[in-house]
Amino acid sequence: MAAAARQLPPTVAMLRDAALAAVVAALLAVPLLGVRLVDNAAGLTLDNRLPLVLYAAAAVFVGRLLLQLTAVRPIVLGIMSAAAAVLLLSLRIVDSLYNLGINPFIIWVPLSATTILAIAIFSAGIRRRVTHWFRKVLPINPLILLGWMLVVAALLLPWMPFAERSLIDKLTLILIYVMLGWGLNIVVGLAGLLDLGYVAFYAIGAYAYALFSMHFGLSFWICLPLAGLMAALFGIALGFPVLRLRGDYLAIVTLGFGEIIRVVLLNWQAVTNGPNGITGIERPTLFGLSFSRSADGPTFADFFGIEYSPVQRVYFLYYLILALALLTTAFAQRIRRLPTGRAWEALREDEIACRSLGMNPVTVKLSAFAIGASFAGLAGSFFATRQGFISPESFSFIESATILAIVVLGGMGSQIGIVLAAVLLVGLPEWFRDLSEYRMLVFGGAMVVIMLWRPQGLLSRREPTILLDPKPASAEATVP
Amino acid sequence: MTIDIFLQQLVNGLTLGAFYGLIALGYTMVYGIIGMINFAHGDVYMIGAFVALIGFVVLSTVGIVSVPLAILVVLIMAMFFTACYGWAVERIAYRPLRGSPRLAPLISAIGMSIVLQNYVQIAQGARTKSIQPIVHGQYSFEVGPGAHVTVSLLQIVIIVLTVVLMAGFTWVIRSTSLGRAQRATEQDATMAALLGVNVNRTISITFVIGASLAAVAGMMATLYYGVIDFYIGFIAGIKAFTAAVLGGIGSLPGAMLGGLIIGLIESFWPVFFDLAYRDVAVFGVLILVLIFRPTGLLGRPEIEKV
Repeated sequence: MAAAARQLPPTVAMLRDAALAAVVAALLAVPLLGVRLVDNAAGLTLDNRLPLVLYAAAAVFVGRLLLQLTAVRPIVLGIMSAAAAVLLLSLRIVDSLYNLGINPFIIWVPLSATTILAIAIFSAGIRRRVTHWFRKVLPINPLILLGWMLVVAALLLPWMPFAERSLIDKLTLILIYVMLGWGLNIVVGLAGLLDLGYVAFYAIGAYAYALFSMHFGLSFWICLPLAGLMAALFGIALGFPVLRLRGDYLAIVTLGFGEIIRVVLLNWQAVTNGPNGITGIERPTLFGLSFSRSADGPTFADFFGIEYSPVQRVYFLYYLILALALLTTAFAQRIRRLPTGRAWEALREDEIACRSLGMNPVTVKLSAFAIGASFAGLAGSFFATRQGFISPESFSFIESATILAIVVLGGMGSQIGIVLAAVLLVGLPEWFRDLSEYRMLVFGGAMVVIMLWRPQGLLSRREPTILLDPKPASAEATVP
Repeated sequence: MTIDIFLQQLVNGLTLGAFYGLIALGYTMVYGIIGMINFAHGDVYMIGAFVALIGFVVLSTVGIVSVPLAILVVLIMAMFFTACYGWAVERIAYRPLRGSPRLAPLISAIGMSIVLQNYVQIAQGARTKSIQPIVHGQYSFEVGPGAHVTVSLLQIVIIVLTVVLMAGFTWVIRSTSLGRAQRATEQDATMAALLGVNVNRTISITFVIGASLAAVAGMMATLYYGVIDFYIGFIAGIKAFTAAVLGGIGSLPGAMLGGLIIGLIESFWPVFFDLAYRDVAVFGVLILVLIFRPTGLLGRPEIEKV
């Protein structure tokens, strides 16, 4: 049987393989995609959608065939998916898909993603040449340069003519996720600890600020470090017993912890006001200058003698989260060069070797866990002060998964990759509302695909920060 | 706590334990054989529940009214289609990652779990689906003066079905060549391959068995609760995983025992404490077990080799 299969001509074998895949896809699609449960007065009835099964099978057949073909010439995949993406947009196929009741984004997004991926993966040679040329012209790592350019762009952006209030709002939201991604990256990317309950620390920071400011009247600037501290304390309390466990157990325990925090927030009516959440959280001030129209103390507008505008607060919040996010990444970049950071990376690579050298894995991991948690706490109190309202709904597992996906897609350990991933995963769905239904589907799919094709992430080469006998040029270039 | 409340919660707890035990078997088998947490297993259970619900609706449209026949047909249908999902998940998301660092398959599994949830949400809608009770009838026993314990026919069906399945499953693992291949792969995959065991096939079959057991649990959930949505797999999955860890992950009797204990904890918790914190109790148990006895009740200690 196996011998017979081997003697088949390659094209026939490919077709057979693709046909098998299509049959499996049809089998999978029949019960869930082929019929749809509909609620009506008489109870549940079924809606026949069997044509969808055929489409799914056909798509899998073609896809599998293409994958087989591209196994020979990988770049073919990139070119073909690019061509298909362009065709789909240009040939008005979009409209006919809408008429069929299929959202074109579900096809277009994976196609474009495949294109980008294929080009990114298979143009490594081109990239190396460009980098080489770049190094000759400018003695600096292009990624570092790009990072600084992004920082300058982010600082100048609110002054641009096209910067509308809605854009700044969206960017603020993205920056929250960038900061969370950078914070989680300390835990996952540097120390190699998979934390599936990161949102718990975010929630603790948010509630810590809300409760401190409500009950003790403390200002945002006093609460901010307190919230970070609270989150770190919770991180230590959880981490101390569980960090001696192996990686995948840790993932599940942190997941459970995240759920515990959410359930407690939901049910501890006396303190958290349960599912209704906390409203009227105090807004931040700039050294006591309020951003309201009128306040007890001086307002921002009065102090500087300018006219009051609600946009001022939006801009202030934007710069505030930008500063917090930059603080996070600056901290991560510096600590990578300190003994603590090196210990994290060493432990990530080989725990047994580290233990043999006399390191205490629990304390090393604990420091990473607590520091990562405290940044989530800071981001949480920013979130609370921006929204003015928090409820347990904002802190579900999906948030943890989103942040983790940002870190993983960005390439664990890569700071710029995380920015790109945050823009992709948080920003795009904000701009393309059509996509929102498929957002999580694409999300999960991307997590799987990236793991299969590039287990180290989009932009990352997982290199230790410190190497024996580093090349002088690259050692200079990695200092930001 | 009076004797009737005790016995009533015992019966309810046994029923819950049957669910968790069946799902936990899938976790523990996969962990035993390839050493990864199959994060998508809870969602495979959810798919089983959906396929079963759709199956019941299909049968009622076709006009099959005999309840035992309907249950049997739906059971086979749910097991078959869900097994396809289990197989496909392994083939797509886990097999290519065999031999890569530990976190890679776990992240891929989380991605798969998100995909399955959202696939079902898009294909079947986000609203909860409810179904009229199919199995009627209950028995009341007098256990003391004025004290009654009610056992529904459905609870009996669930417990009997679970016991039969677990016995059959134990027989497969103990006495068939498939079970031998599985135990051999679990102990040393390379050695098993050298001795002529088809390792990939054995792992695939492990996923197929795990998924079909989860499908049975899913069908029972459809019948027992009558309300399902695309999100039920998440919490049920974590609880079943807790059960597997509690019993000692990798140990089959441990998974059944763990499921039973988790079921009993869940059903007795509201008798003493606030119902709202029931999930907290289960996660608390998970954390406590991992701290004080990471190998679980029946597990073997694991030695990490260089």
